[in-house]
Amino acid sequence: MIRAEGIFKSFGDKEVLKGIDATFEAGKTNLIIGRSGAGKTVLLKILVGLLKPSSGTIWYDKDNFSLLEGRKLREIRLKVGMLFQGSALFDSLTVQQNVQFPLDMFTNFTYKEKLNRVNECLERVNLENANDKYPSEISGGMQKRVGIARAIVLNPTYLFCDEPNSGLDPKTSIVIDELIKDITIENNITTIINTHDMNSVMEIGENIVFIHDGYLEWNGSRNQVLDSTNMRLQEFIFASPFLQRLRKAALNNH
Amino acid sequence: MYWKETVRQMDDIGIGSLVIVCLISIFMGAVSAIQFAYQLSGQLVPKYYIGYIVRDLTIIELAPTITCLVLAGKVGSNMAAEIGGMRQKEHIDAMEIMGVNTSAYVILPKILGGLFAIPLLVCISALVGILGGYIATVPTEIISDIEYVRGARSFFHPYNVFMMFVKSVVFAFILVSVSCYQGYFVKGGSIELGKASTAAVVYSDILILLADYVIALLLMA
Repeated sequence: MIRAEGIFKSFGDKEVLKGIDATFEAGKTNLIIGRSGAGKTVLLKILVGLLKPSSGTIWYDKDNFSLLEGRKLREIRLKVGMLFQGSALFDSLTVQQNVQFPLDMFTNFTYKEKLNRVNECLERVNLENANDKYPSEISGGMQKRVGIARAIVLNPTYLFCDEPNSGLDPKTSIVIDELIKDITIENNITTIINTHDMNSVMEIGENIVFIHDGYLEWNGSRNQVLDSTNMRLQEFIFASPFLQRLRKAALNNH
Repeated sequence: MYWKETVRQMDDIGIGSLVIVCLISIFMGAVSAIQFAYQLSGQLVPKYYIGYIVRDLTIIELAPTITCLVLAGKVGSNMAAEIGGMRQKEHIDAMEIMGVNTSAYVILPKILGGLFAIPLLVCISALVGILGGYIATVPTEIISDIEYVRGARSFFHPYNVFMMFVKSVVFAFILVSVSCYQGYFVKGGSIELGKASTAAVVYSDILILLADYVIALLLMA
């Protein structure tokens, strides 16, 4: 479980986050949603430790992540996996070497043990026979899957995904969403996904944190979205007339 | 310590720059020899001084300074662009989240590789420069083989070689650290990456020339 308490963040005079309190539970897919510029990427970067909050505290289970330094911080880092928006795969390394990178850095496994673990992870993301390919030789969806494989290779306790569906077609997006959800449940991971993909929200949003203009505007599950009376949430999720008609139809059927 | 990465950097910097360094050094020595021959013609100074002047000029000044200025352009801009690209593609963020000490993994091997490979390149540059002087003057019969070799072996002070190594180590550290800094802290997009790469070369060159003056003052004055 990860908990954010009173998170404020400013860049110069611009206040981006204005007191966010949120809990992200283990074994659930926790979604951070919001319009572009709402502050969700900044919140994710603060949660993962790439940015320091101006004030506030981040808790990783019982550890105050904001105060951790040195060895203790590295120990927590080893429990963290992250899937980046652009996958952030190392271009000069093959798929296998990319997934193997954390094992090379932090384990004393033999080459055979590493290879077994890499193949296990690639198999888990349905990417067999791609070991020797370079990132530039595979599709965007495959790159995301390699990114997931690399993120889970050290069996993380916490998984962060920044816009996992950006640039993907709807069908591949669903595959990636389901993969993340399955891995989350299988390993009881605390997964936090930063997205504005509405399919993801309605498919895997077990705990949704809606950020608007730096404030936590709404918090609930995908089942509560339809019934919510929060106008900003409704305007964000059902932005197009088509989706608004769908929502009306769904409410009428209730 | 990331030895594998350090060895890769040594190979990149050293072997990767060998051809350009040799090419520049041979012309550097050749031009120096011809110009000194021109300036000394008709004077009472013995001709074998050409070999002596080319040797000392190459060892003390031209090999460390010119080689490092050229390497700032070749290696420095490459390092800034490589690290800056890693920053922009979130590779550095990805490593940090994994728990990798990015300055130790990305920058330290480059600094160690540079500190090892660049003084060797400077050494090779000095040898090739002296050879360049020979090629430019002996086959063209400006001076004889015996005179050039005699000059190159006259009045030799090992202290000059020590100075050459001091300069090459200091210049190597400047060009690698400045370039890595420019790349590591790059912000923005491809325009900023280009600017960082240019800044790496410009700042390295200025600092190398400044350090050259300071070292000359400290070791020779």
